[in-house]
Amino acid sequence: MGADENNKSEHLKSLPLEDLHKAANARFGGFAGWSMPITYPLGVMKEHLHTRELAGLFDISHMQLFEVSGPGAAALLARACPLDAASLAAGQSKYTFFLDEKAGILDDLIVTRLGDDRFMVVANAGNAATDEAHLRAVAKGYDCSIDALDRVFLAIQGPMAIDVLAAAGIDGTGLSFMHGFEPKPGWFMSRSGYTGEDGFEIGLPAGEARKLAMALLADERVEWVGLAARDSLRLEAGLCLHGNDITPETDPVDAGLTWAISKPVREQAAFIGAKALQDKLAKGPSRKRVGLKPDGRQPVRSDSLLVDIHGNTVGLVTSGGFGPSAGYPVAMGYVGKDFAPVGTQVFAEVRGNRIALHVHSLPFTPHRYHKG
Amino acid sequence: MASTYFTEDHEWVRVEDGVATVGITDHAQDQLGDLVFVQLPEIGQSLSKGDPAVVVESVKAASDVYAPVDGEVVEVNEATASDPALVNSSATGDGWLWKMKLSDTSQLAALLDEAGYKAIIG
Repeated sequence: MGADENNKSEHLKSLPLEDLHKAANARFGGFAGWSMPITYPLGVMKEHLHTRELAGLFDISHMQLFEVSGPGAAALLARACPLDAASLAAGQSKYTFFLDEKAGILDDLIVTRLGDDRFMVVANAGNAATDEAHLRAVAKGYDCSIDALDRVFLAIQGPMAIDVLAAAGIDGTGLSFMHGFEPKPGWFMSRSGYTGEDGFEIGLPAGEARKLAMALLADERVEWVGLAARDSLRLEAGLCLHGNDITPETDPVDAGLTWAISKPVREQAAFIGAKALQDKLAKGPSRKRVGLKPDGRQPVRSDSLLVDIHGNTVGLVTSGGFGPSAGYPVAMGYVGKDFAPVGTQVFAEVRGNRIALHVHSLPFTPHRYHKG
Repeated sequence: MASTYFTEDHEWVRVEDGVATVGITDHAQDQLGDLVFVQLPEIGQSLSKGDPAVVVESVKAASDVYAPVDGEVVEVNEATASDPALVNSSATGDGWLWKMKLSDTSQLAALLDEAGYKAIIG
C-alpha cells in the first residue's frame, strides 16, 4: 500500500458497492488505483482466521474481467499466453501469464473456456490497463474481439463457502476447483480463489451483486474480509502477488511456476517469450522463489535484503508479514539456488538488525481446494 | 499525583515521582491494527528524546515508538512482548511498554496535554 502516484486519494476509483463497505465501517486505503477496504472492525487477524474457519466475503471488483471471443480467440490466447487454449475443455480454468519477449511476467491470469470460441480472462487490477493494451496489440490479425467487462467481482472463500452460497440460492456443487461457467446472463462464476481455501469468485452486474452480498452477509457464517487479510491469506498459501513476488523482471523458471506451462506448449513455442523461456529452462534457474520463516517472532517485510552468515547478499524478500493461521511470521522471496534447499539458514537485514530465517516449504498452510 | 502527557507520535506518558510510564495511544493501536511483535528496550538503557525505544509490528507494518523525553529505562512490560495483542486490548492500561527515570523534568512542558492530543487526531 505504497504512496505511489496511483494511490493518492484524489485519483482513486471507487468500488460500485463502496456504500456497503462504508456501512460496514471498513477502513479504506489506496491499492492499484482503487480505494479499497483494507480492514473491517473485526480486524485483519480475525478476518483471516474467520476465512479459514467459515467463510469470508471479499470485494475484488478492482480486478478486471476480459471476455475474448471469436474464431481466433483460442489462437490469440495461445500467442499471448504460454497456454494451449484450444485444448481446454469448456468450463476449464488455467493459471497462466502474459510474458514479454524475455519471458518476464507482465501479469498472472486465470483463463477459463466459456464455450467453443469464448474465453474469460481475469487479470490483476494494477495491470488491467497495460494488459488490455498488450492483448489488443497482440490481437492484430486475429479474428476475435476483446471486451473489458464492467462487473462487480466478489470472492467467497472458506470451508463454508459452498454452504453459504447454497443458502443464498446459488448452486456451486457442480463445479470442481479451477472450473468456471456462466450461471446467468452477465454472470461468471468459478471455483477458485486467492486464499488456499475452497471458494468461489463471481463476476456479476452491480445491482445483482448488491443483492447477493447482502444475502450472504445476512448469514452469520459470513464476514467481510479486507485486502490486508487477503494478503496474509495468499502469503500463507504461497501464492504470488504480481508486482511483488513476480514482475516483468522475473520469469516463470525463477519463480517456480513452470508447472503452469505444459511440455507440449513449451516445445511448440508459439507464445510470446517462448525462445527466452526455452533458453532459461535449458540453463536452469539463477535464483529461486522460496518460503522464508523467521526464527523468532519479528516479521520481515518485502524489500528486506537477505544475506548469508558472512554478510554476502544472497537474495531479497518479496512479501512478508505475519501468518495468523500459521501462528508465526511468514515471508517469501528469492535466493540464489545454493540457498534454496528447505532448512537453509539466511538472515534478513531489518532496520540495522539481522534477523535469522530458514528457508521453508510453501505453502505455510495446506491448500484445501475442492478437487472434485 | 500522576500527570499524563501525550506526544505527536501517538504516545502517552504518565509521570509519577520522576518516573514516566510510556505506551502508545488507543488511536495508535487502532491505526496499527493487530500487533504481532513488540521489541522492548533494555533495562538500564539511556534514551534521549526522539530515540527509537520500542519496535511494534502489526500484521502489515512495522513502527517505532520514540522516547518522549530523556531518561534511563528502569522497567519494561514483558507481558507485551509475550502477548502483543495486550497493546491492542489495553493500550493505555496493561499494555504500557516501558518506564523511564526522567533526566530533565522540564522537558515535560513541551509535551501535549489530552486536549492538545485530541485536537491532533481530530
